[in-house]
Amino acid sequence: MKPSPFEYSAPASLEEALEVLAEAGSGAKVLAGGQSLVPLMNLRLAAPEHLVDLNGVGSLSEIRADDGGLAIGAMARQSTLERSTLVEELVPALAHAASHIGHFQVRNRGTVGGSLAHADPTAELPMILLAAGGRVTVQSKARGARAVEANDLVRGYFTTAIEPDEILTEAWFPRLEGAAGWSFQEVARRHGDFALVAAATVVRLDGDTVADAVIALAGVADRPVRAAAAEELITGEAPSAALAEHAADAVRGELSPTGDVHASSEYRREVAGVLVGRALSEAAQRAQAGS
Amino acid sequence: MGKAAITLTVNGAEADGLVEPRRTLADFLREDLALTGTKLGCEQGVCGACTVLLDGQAVRSCLLFAVQAQGASVTTVEGLAASEDFDALQKAFSDNHGLQCGYCTPGVLMTTRALLDTLSSPSENEIREALSGNICRCTGYHGIVEAVKELTAAQA
Ligand SMILES: Cc1cc2nc3c(=O)[nH]c(=O)nc-3n(C[C@@H](O)[C@H](O)[C@H](O)COP(=O)(O)OP(=O)(O)OC[C@H]3O[C@@H](n4cnc5c(N)ncnc54)[C@H](O)[C@@H]3O)c2cc1C
Ligand code: FES
Ligand code: FES
Repeated sequence: MKPSPFEYSAPASLEEALEVLAEAGSGAKVLAGGQSLVPLMNLRLAAPEHLVDLNGVGSLSEIRADDGGLAIGAMARQSTLERSTLVEELVPALAHAASHIGHFQVRNRGTVGGSLAHADPTAELPMILLAAGGRVTVQSKARGARAVEANDLVRGYFTTAIEPDEILTEAWFPRLEGAAGWSFQEVARRHGDFALVAAATVVRLDGDTVADAVIALAGVADRPVRAAAAEELITGEAPSAALAEHAADAVRGELSPTGDVHASSEYRREVAGVLVGRALSEAAQRAQAGS
Repeated sequence: MGKAAITLTVNGAEADGLVEPRRTLADFLREDLALTGTKLGCEQGVCGACTVLLDGQAVRSCLLFAVQAQGASVTTVEGLAASEDFDALQKAFSDNHGLQCGYCTPGVLMTTRALLDTLSSPSENEIREALSGNICRCTGYHGIVEAVKELTAAQA
């Protein structure tokens, strides 16, 4: 099996990459870790005419504390997230979620930017970006750099707000601060498989009650989503097992996932409820421990 | 879409090639360099049969293009043993029935090499976690895990 023929460029800088991408037109694609794009090419489900390989653009791999949060270059490998003490310190959910992406051989190549740009509806990282309330920077030669907020990034199955001539250069995650706790939960068929359903929560306490809560889910719609009704339901309440159960029921009520060969709609909805219940309890416990 | 000249190090020796950009590293190793130890199962990153070391890190060679390995150092299963004899890794697999048909074995060995290079004494959980990305249809994994455990004990 072989991919269709394509032109290959290996720019050494972001400027050069943007220029090649602009000139190559709509048949061109960025190549990052290749862990999603190359399978599609090997199966000939994708046949880009021109690949612009970002692996030589060293400036895109940096991970640094920035602007009250964590800035991660698009080409930072997923395996780096698991090992970075900075990530563990500032956005622990990210380090934890990254270890659920495929297998370590896949994470050695797969990148943060690639996962966000690919926008698989079951992917961990777009969901974490949404739960954290982060944003990405995208850049083109013609229009320069712009920020895209997490809730505006993914537009549907494998579809994002990133234009064909744009490169996602950096993702930014706000630091988890104060009396706040997080949790990440996932169910997959086998270890290393894509998630059937995954949930990420952030619970912030004000004294004994929930000041605000974020519940994000993957695998239940065409993109990562927030469970707004359940978030509202627990705000202002004192965290308890009963409250988490209540929120889990609300999640079951507000979702209508589509079924597929991997799991039926009913199963996904049930699992989403169970995971949200667990994730809220764990996040609340962490918030209490940290406050 | 012309061919590109590439130079890389494979199992310690310089290897040159003239490849179309669409040539995967796996095909380059197998067909241009006749290093057929590296196997191809799924060609979509799932099975692990094609696992090689790229600059010391375990990667899927079916998901890399040979042009991307320009200047890099690649180790395949043929590079494990320095002589005609098995190296310790291969011997442990042989002794513990860590293989039957052998198709998955090169990938399993390279994954094990990468594991033992990062963790000198992994727990059974860590061994199973590391090997979860290598599918074996024959052994039921028991012998594979035993082989790695023996190596771990030997190194400790
Ligand atoms: C066996 C296996 C299991 C996997 N399991 C999971 C899993 O459980 N969860 C999960 O989330 N993923 C999983 N993946 C996919 C994940 O590993 C990929 O790394 C990720 O989806 C894409 O990142 P990449 O760097 O490999 O991007 P590539 O494959 O190189 O690119 C993917 C797409 O994004 C575009 N793109 C990449 N980078 C940029 C950029 N900087 N700017 C603009 N566009 C860009 C490309 O043009 C392409 O369309 C799995 C893959 C395999 C092979
Ligand atoms: S052939 Fe590369 S992972 Fe299966
Ligand atoms: S020994 Fe046959 S597939 Fe593993």
